[in-house]
Amino acid sequence: MNWQEFFAMGGYAFYVWVSYAITFVVLLALVIMPIIQRKQFMRQQTLRLKRQENP
Amino acid sequence: MFLIPKPVGKFFHRMASPPYFYDFTGRLIPWLSWIFLFLVIAGLYGGLVLAPADYQQGDSFRIIYIHVPSAWMSLFVYVVMAIAGGIGLIWRIKLAEIVAISSASVGAGFTFIALVTGSLWGKPMWGTWWVWDARLTSELILLFLYLGVIGLYGAIDDKRTASRAVAILALVGVVNIPIIHYSVEWWNTLHQGPTVTKMDKPSIHISMLWPLLVMAVAFKFYYVIAMLQRARTELVVRERNSQWVKLLLESK
Repeated sequence: MNWQEFFAMGGYAFYVWVSYAITFVVLLALVIMPIIQRKQFMRQQTLRLKRQENP
Repeated sequence: MFLIPKPVGKFFHRMASPPYFYDFTGRLIPWLSWIFLFLVIAGLYGGLVLAPADYQQGDSFRIIYIHVPSAWMSLFVYVVMAIAGGIGLIWRIKLAEIVAISSASVGAGFTFIALVTGSLWGKPMWGTWWVWDARLTSELILLFLYLGVIGLYGAIDDKRTASRAVAILALVGVVNIPIIHYSVEWWNTLHQGPTVTKMDKPSIHISMLWPLLVMAVAFKFYYVIAMLQRARTELVVRERNSQWVKLLLESK
């Protein structure tokens, strides 16, 4: 099997690859978002702590 | 609780302590991620490359390797969420509340994926993106239940109260789970019946089956990883004024 045949998915390329792409995007977003939020929150809190210590 | 072995009980007892949970999950997640990556590569290779095309559906059947695991997980995560919510409701364990609400967004994601990939599979096979039949409609209600849980949690400022409200909603919604599962047997539907869970004689060839099972396990690992990431964020936000979070911030 060559690459072209693989991507063509027997004529169902649109349905198969859109399915996989949406799944990939949703699953990636759901694991990345909480990490970004946590980092942002930690940064804010560190600044808040510093302000409290030496106003 | 005499049925639970002592070390297991001890482990859960320690995991209920926020700093221990935060530290332990922080070290656990990289291991889970490597196992997940290995499984997902093996599953995708088996499903997209090794498995032969279906004699009726051609290559479109390959959507099964994300559609079915997502659909299974949408039910599994809901049950975990309801049980964790119930534990939080009865024993007021903060970590159980956090596991419950952290499961909601991941479960909603799986439900969304199951619906969208099902639609993308239905179009070439059934000739329609959507039908209002029992399986599809009950799965859509599941998505609304997840969104209801997330919305309700966000609407109540006091997170302990919010967790209790969410747990009750989640527990009431459990009634939808058997409806989804048995919908293809109770009602006439376009959706095909179970192919895998008929364990005595699954109507799917082994070369098509093993990648599906590997993907199902991979999605379980994904759920634990994504849920723990969400839980760790939820935990530090809720515990922002506690000593251990302050120590954590100072150590950075």
